[in-house]
Amino acid sequence: MAENGAILQLKGLSKNFGGVQAVDMLDLDVPQGRIFGLIGPNGSGKSTTVNLICGVFPVSAGNVVFGGRDITGLAPHSRLTIGVARTFQNIRLFNHLTVWQNLWVAQNGEDDKAGQNFIRRWVSGPGSARQQVEEMLDFSGLAHRRDDLAGNLAFGEQRRLELARALAARPQMLLLDEPAAGMNMEEVGQLRDRLMKLRETGMTILLVEHVMELVMGVTDHIAVLNFGKKIAEGTPTEIQNDPLVREAYLGTA
Amino acid sequence: MDFYFGLIQLIGVHTLLGLSAYVVLLTNQVTMAQAGFFGIGAYVAAMLTVLADFSIVPAILIAGFAGALIACLVGFPALRVKGLMLVVATLAFGEFVRLFFFNFDYQIAKGEIQVGPLGGEGFRQIRYFPENGWTTGDVALFVWVFVILIMAGLWWMDRSRIGAVLRAVGEDELAAQSVGLNLTAVKVSAMTIGGFIAGIGGGIYAHYTTHIEQSNFNVLLATFAIAYPILGGLSNVFGTLLAVVFIQGILVEGLRFMGDWRNLLFGALIVLAMNVRPRGLLDERAMMTLKRLFSRG
Repeated sequence: MAENGAILQLKGLSKNFGGVQAVDMLDLDVPQGRIFGLIGPNGSGKSTTVNLICGVFPVSAGNVVFGGRDITGLAPHSRLTIGVARTFQNIRLFNHLTVWQNLWVAQNGEDDKAGQNFIRRWVSGPGSARQQVEEMLDFSGLAHRRDDLAGNLAFGEQRRLELARALAARPQMLLLDEPAAGMNMEEVGQLRDRLMKLRETGMTILLVEHVMELVMGVTDHIAVLNFGKKIAEGTPTEIQNDPLVREAYLGTA
Repeated sequence: MDFYFGLIQLIGVHTLLGLSAYVVLLTNQVTMAQAGFFGIGAYVAAMLTVLADFSIVPAILIAGFAGALIACLVGFPALRVKGLMLVVATLAFGEFVRLFFFNFDYQIAKGEIQVGPLGGEGFRQIRYFPENGWTTGDVALFVWVFVILIMAGLWWMDRSRIGAVLRAVGEDELAAQSVGLNLTAVKVSAMTIGGFIAGIGGGIYAHYTTHIEQSNFNVLLATFAIAYPILGGLSNVFGTLLAVVFIQGILVEGLRFMGDWRNLLFGALIVLAMNVRPRGLLDERAMMTLKRLFSRG
């Protein structure tokens, strides 16, 4: 843990795709137990940042530090085991698995004693897996659809399942990439309640979002990206009154 | 009667071959290496019984482990590539195995005759079954004990978390990674299990044909290996069995009376089956229907 209480630190994080600078020298400190908003116009590098934190592709320069440990070169699947879970902008469930199985494969808890767990983790998941799956079914309100194929769920249910799947491995931090995309206002309200509930449990959340009602309603702190650079950072009220942010979203008058 | 026992043996062995590819296909990796593992199993088991006087069951199990070991070793480099590149890489491995046996001589004198593999001539006189007085019926039963054990094992695996993990990787690698699954470990494990099953199948095959040679383990066999589970469907192991019965029992044997027209119709029927049932003969919906029928009755 860094001195300032940040669980996730990005230090000079950069990524270029063949000359396009998607993320440019980004510094970010995400404090533990808070909901941190990451906003910006389309193509400003928000999703790329999430992908870099998760190790989907290698960074061009800079470091990702989680819980005081440099994880820049860590394999993607290992990042979940140390506590970073995510959802995707376009829902990516295992559509031909059931709701139950989707949550079951996501069980990676290390709570079994070493040695005895290797085979068992493969065959049935960690000891607490089944109970954990049940908790997640309740949390997401999908208990009645446990045996349905994930691909047959309604859109809102799929979003809920994806969030539950990310939580199934008991992460310390959640990266949510536009979780409210395509939701109606009622569903956005439910999502807001869920996020607040998670925050009470001490979960750190990095929220990438376009739906401003949600961002302004739940976040403690917001950073704004434009063309891969951080152009502003502050509380929701500060951000709303920032002239640079208005310019980035609306253009110059 | 012997003809039918022979057919039953053939269906059993091809089911094992198909199931070896089934496991790998669950992770959405198209492998053309299964005929290679099958060939390795065949040569290993035959050499053990003929040259080293092993009993049949240990010889076949060792053949399975040999297949698994090679599959694991091949899996690490091969599974770094995807899609068509993986097809090419595994195809190359299959040809490598075939050409290796084309040049492989290891003969020892046994009584009057020389026994053991002899390059392009192949490996003759694998006479464990006749020497021990097994009838064709005994052999057919023996084959099916293995088939049933392996099908039961895979059926259980499909219902355990392993099955869900393999399918999760097959469906979406990025999402699988994000829920903490190690893609390399999962794919190499699938390949290793597949290699084990192919090795067992090969070991049995060598003994009931009594004569193997490199041309048995060619690209056509590798194509059959993946065709069975794809045609049968990947929702469970019975799809593969059904496809083997359909192809070997009905198309290859049943249409023999049609002479040269058989091959034409053979291809047409497979195309037709894939068009009518794109997710395989036994797809998820068919399983749902069956389940409902059985729970009602």
